[in-house]
Amino acid sequence: MSCWQTIQDYGLRSLGYGERLLPRSDFTLCQQFTLIGSGLLWNIYFAVLALLAGFVLANALAVAKGAKTPILRKPAEWFIFVFRGSPLFIQFFFGYFLFLSLKGVSPVFTPFTSAALGALVVLFFNTSAYSAEIFHGALRSVPKGDLEAADAYGFSGLARFRRIVWPTAMRLAWPAYTNEAIFLFHATVLVFFSGFPAWQQKGDALYYASYFADKTFNPFIPYPILAGYFILLTLLIIGIFGLINRHLNRHLPQDARQRLRFRPNLIR
Amino acid sequence: MFSYCTDPDTLSGLTWLSCYLTTGKHMALYGSFGTVLLLLAITAPTALALGFVGASAARSHIAPLSWLGKFYIAIVRGVPDIAFFLFFVIALDQGIEYLRHKLRCPDWSEPIRQGNDFVVCSAAKMPLSTAPQWLHEIYGFGLAVVTFAIVFGAFAANVLFGAMRAVPRAQIETAEAYGMSRRQAFWRVLVPQMWIYALPGLSNLWMVLIKATPLLFLLGVEDIVYWARELGGAKTARFTSYPHPDWRMWYFLALLVFYLVFTRVSEVALERLTRRLSRGQATAAGEALRKAATT
Repeated sequence: MSCWQTIQDYGLRSLGYGERLLPRSDFTLCQQFTLIGSGLLWNIYFAVLALLAGFVLANALAVAKGAKTPILRKPAEWFIFVFRGSPLFIQFFFGYFLFLSLKGVSPVFTPFTSAALGALVVLFFNTSAYSAEIFHGALRSVPKGDLEAADAYGFSGLARFRRIVWPTAMRLAWPAYTNEAIFLFHATVLVFFSGFPAWQQKGDALYYASYFADKTFNPFIPYPILAGYFILLTLLIIGIFGLINRHLNRHLPQDARQRLRFRPNLIR
Repeated sequence: MFSYCTDPDTLSGLTWLSCYLTTGKHMALYGSFGTVLLLLAITAPTALALGFVGASAARSHIAPLSWLGKFYIAIVRGVPDIAFFLFFVIALDQGIEYLRHKLRCPDWSEPIRQGNDFVVCSAAKMPLSTAPQWLHEIYGFGLAVVTFAIVFGAFAANVLFGAMRAVPRAQIETAEAYGMSRRQAFWRVLVPQMWIYALPGLSNLWMVLIKATPLLFLLGVEDIVYWARELGGAKTARFTSYPHPDWRMWYFLALLVFYLVFTRVSEVALERLTRRLSRGQATAAGEALRKAATT
C-alpha cells in the first residue's frame, strides 16, 4: 500500500472519515506519521477555540479581579484560585463526571459528555484563569505616566480604559500570554487520558501515539514523531504571536520593543 | 471498622457514611494519598540534585559536558511533558531489561525486537515473573519516581542555570581577586548565593510538581485517581454491602479540594522560606528586611 493511499485512508481518521479500522499489524512509518498528524487536528481544535473564547473571559476576569467592590472581586479571585491551584488532569475528570451526572438531570447536557464540547469547556475555563492572572498583572503595571497623561487629556471611565489602559496592558502581557498559548496547546494532549472517551477511536495525537507504542511495544518511533509535530506547531504559534506582538508595538522604536521569549510554563 | 458496622443494611444516615468511609478499599484510598506524598518527598530532592548536576554541566568549560547539560535542559522544551512521561516509563523499562538480558543470557541467539514484540529471556524480566505482587508494585512506583525525577530535573536545571547566571559577576570577581580557584569560587561564593535567585523558579516548580502528581495514574500506579474512579463507580447490592449510584463526581471533587488545600499551604510555607532566605542578601527584599530591622 503506497503512502499516498495511507494518507487518503487515515488522514482524517481522527474526525471519523476514511478507513474505519485502525492498522493492527505491520505498522509502517507512513501510517504512524499520518495517524498522529490526523490526531493533531483535535489538539488544534481544542487550543484555538479555548484560546479565542478564553481571551474574552480572561479580560473580564482580570478587570473583575482589579475591581474595588468585593462583589466582583471575590468571585473572580476564587475562580482564578480554583483553576490555577488544582491539576488540569483532575479538572478534566471532575468535569467529565459532573457532566455525566447533569446528563441525568436534563438532556441539555448530553453533548457536554463528549470530549469535543465537555473538554473544551474545561480547557476554556482553565486558560481563562491562567490568562486572567497574566492580564491582571499587566493591568496593574501600566505605567503611571500613561495614566496621568490620559487624565491630563481629559479621558475618563470607559474611554480611558479602552484607549489607554487596555492596549498598554495587552502590550505588556503579550510575551507572557504567548507562553500561555503554547502551554495550553501542550495541555490539550491530556483530554483523552482523563475520562473523556475517544468515541470510535477518534482521538488526538497522543492517543494515537500511545496506541502505536502499545501495539508495537516500541516507544522510540511514535513519541519522537509526536514531539516533532509539537515542536513545529509550537514554532508556528510563536510565529503568529510574534506577528501580533509586532503589530501591538508598531509605534515604538525598534530597540524599545519587547521581544518574545519562549518560556514554557510546564505542566498545569 | 466500628462495631456497629457488621450489618450495613440496617444502617442509615451518618452511621452508614462512617462505616462506608472506613471500608478496606477506602483505607487503600487514604493510603494512596501517602503514595502521592511519598512521590513528592522522593522526587523533589532527586530532581533538585539532577537539576544541579545539569546546570553545573551546562556551565562547564569542557565542551561536550556543556553540550550534554544544555541538551538536557533543552529537551523538555517544546514537547508536551506528558508525552515524556509515557515515553520514559516504557523506554526505561526496556532499557533495564535489555541490559539484564545482555548480562544474564549472553548465549541467546534470537533478536530482541521480533516485529511488534520485545522479547528477553525470562531471567532478564524485571521484576522476575515469580516475584511477589508487592515487588511489581514497588518496581512500577520506582520507575515512576525516576521518570518524574528526570523530567523535573530538566526543569530544575533550567531554573538553577538561570540562577547561577543571576549572581552578580562582581561577587565571582572578588572571589578570584582573593585567589580562589574556579572550584572554590563555585562552591564558596556562587552556590550559597544562587538559592535566593533560584527560589521563585523553584517554588513555581514545586507547585507544578504537586499538580503533576495525578499523572502517576497514567504510569500505571494505583494512586488517588485510580481509587477515586474505582470507588466512585456505581455499585449494586450484589457486589458490595454498601450499594450507591455513580459518585465519581464527588470523589473527584474531594481530590480537587485536596489539591487546592495543598497548593495553598505550600504557598504560605514558601512565602515564609523566601523571607528567611532574603535575610542578608543583596536584593531588594533583603534590603527591605534590613531596613525594617534597623528602624
